[in-house]
Amino acid sequence: MVIDKKNTDPAKKRLVLGCGALVYDLLRLIKQNPALSDKVNLQCLPASWHNTPQLIAPGVEEYLAENSHLYKEIYIAYADCGTGGALDRVLKKYNAKRISGAHCYEFFAGSDVFEQLSEQELGTFYLTDYLVKNFHRIMIKGLGLDKHPELFDIYFENYKKLVYLAQTENEQLQKDAEQYAKDFGFEYEYRLVGTGGLDSVFEEIDLVPLATEEEK
Amino acid sequence: MSEEDDFDLNDLDDKELVEQIQDDLYDGLDEEVTEGTEILLARGWDANDVLGKALVGGMKIVGVDFRDGILFVPEVLKCAGAMKGGMKILRPILAESAIDTSLGKFVIGTVKGDIHDIGKNLVAMMCEGSGFEIINLGINNPVENYLEAIDEHGPVIVGMSALLTTTMPYMGVVVEEMEKRGLRKDVHIMCGGAPLNQEFADSIGVPAYGRDAARSAEMAEEHVLGLRDNRGHR
Repeated sequence: MVIDKKNTDPAKKRLVLGCGALVYDLLRLIKQNPALSDKVNLQCLPASWHNTPQLIAPGVEEYLAENSHLYKEIYIAYADCGTGGALDRVLKKYNAKRISGAHCYEFFAGSDVFEQLSEQELGTFYLTDYLVKNFHRIMIKGLGLDKHPELFDIYFENYKKLVYLAQTENEQLQKDAEQYAKDFGFEYEYRLVGTGGLDSVFEEIDLVPLATEEEK
Repeated sequence: MSEEDDFDLNDLDDKELVEQIQDDLYDGLDEEVTEGTEILLARGWDANDVLGKALVGGMKIVGVDFRDGILFVPEVLKCAGAMKGGMKILRPILAESAIDTSLGKFVIGTVKGDIHDIGKNLVAMMCEGSGFEIINLGINNPVENYLEAIDEHGPVIVGMSALLTTTMPYMGVVVEEMEKRGLRKDVHIMCGGAPLNQEFADSIGVPAYGRDAARSAEMAEEHVLGLRDNRGHR
């Protein structure tokens, strides 16, 4: 999803570049704060990179190389997301900050809760609202299980439990997630965690006085 | 497959058959790979040659295309499944072979806190294909598991794998403990996993970073053959 790719609004000098899997949560947070919606240009990169994290750092770099000159400040709505520090190396070049944590499961649940969940059952498979909504596309098709269901054991033989870390309270999504757990033969747990640390991406934007240089 | 494409593998000469096995392996066709392997053996091929030229040769092509983004994980897993079919036939023959072509023992495992093993198992399979005897420790291995396996098996190489940014630092713990016990002079350490890179490997004192399964197997082989060359030159 790309919104206003060329950043035609001169007031929007702050870029939030995020994972497509977070787009609805980011839009909701922006909508809740009118001051943000006036000042921030949100851009999202493909959510399908969830399955190919090696594409994230080069993808972010490509975007920033083309567009960073359009912005005064750049905020990144990604965690490390399996890039093994590669994303941080890109962000350093552009003086950009990302959300702390290893992945979205950690910043949604909070580090303490995530650690507790991992300690309880290391073989836990996590879903978020986005992943429940797009389960077939991202998980089934994305892992090739639609064409090769025989690969299921190779992917999931070490998993025992599915935890749905929900951002919103949605009965249908809860039913779906529970059904996916049942289909996979996993124990199921539901936790309504909200957007957790995702809003930290906007924290510093809130603190910056809105009267920036070009507005003076 | 259409009738036109359907042909008997027996009709191919050796060179064509090896190429066909590699193609079938690339396409993840386990029955065809198994059949081709059996035909080469029936023609008197040495099991080591079947393994090296047809199966490992095929997986190397798969490895390169995976690295270049032409193949993705599901396809690679299908290829690995096809290779396993051929390995199933070759393994008992190689075990009974009078000629010891083993490159030595290779202990491999995913580190503590990590349950991901797809890549690690691909490396294990490629290294087995290259001639290593694999001791696969599985997942979630504390340092003690590596040390016990070293004591018990006396490997030439220990390989560690991690998929998570949060678990890869544990490799450093294993390296440090091996260092303390003076094991590093006899045991070569390798590391790999999606979030790793050469910089991280260097930072934990393990320059042997395998960026993918095919390259890891090559590096392991190069290490052992290098050792043998050095001994031969003394």
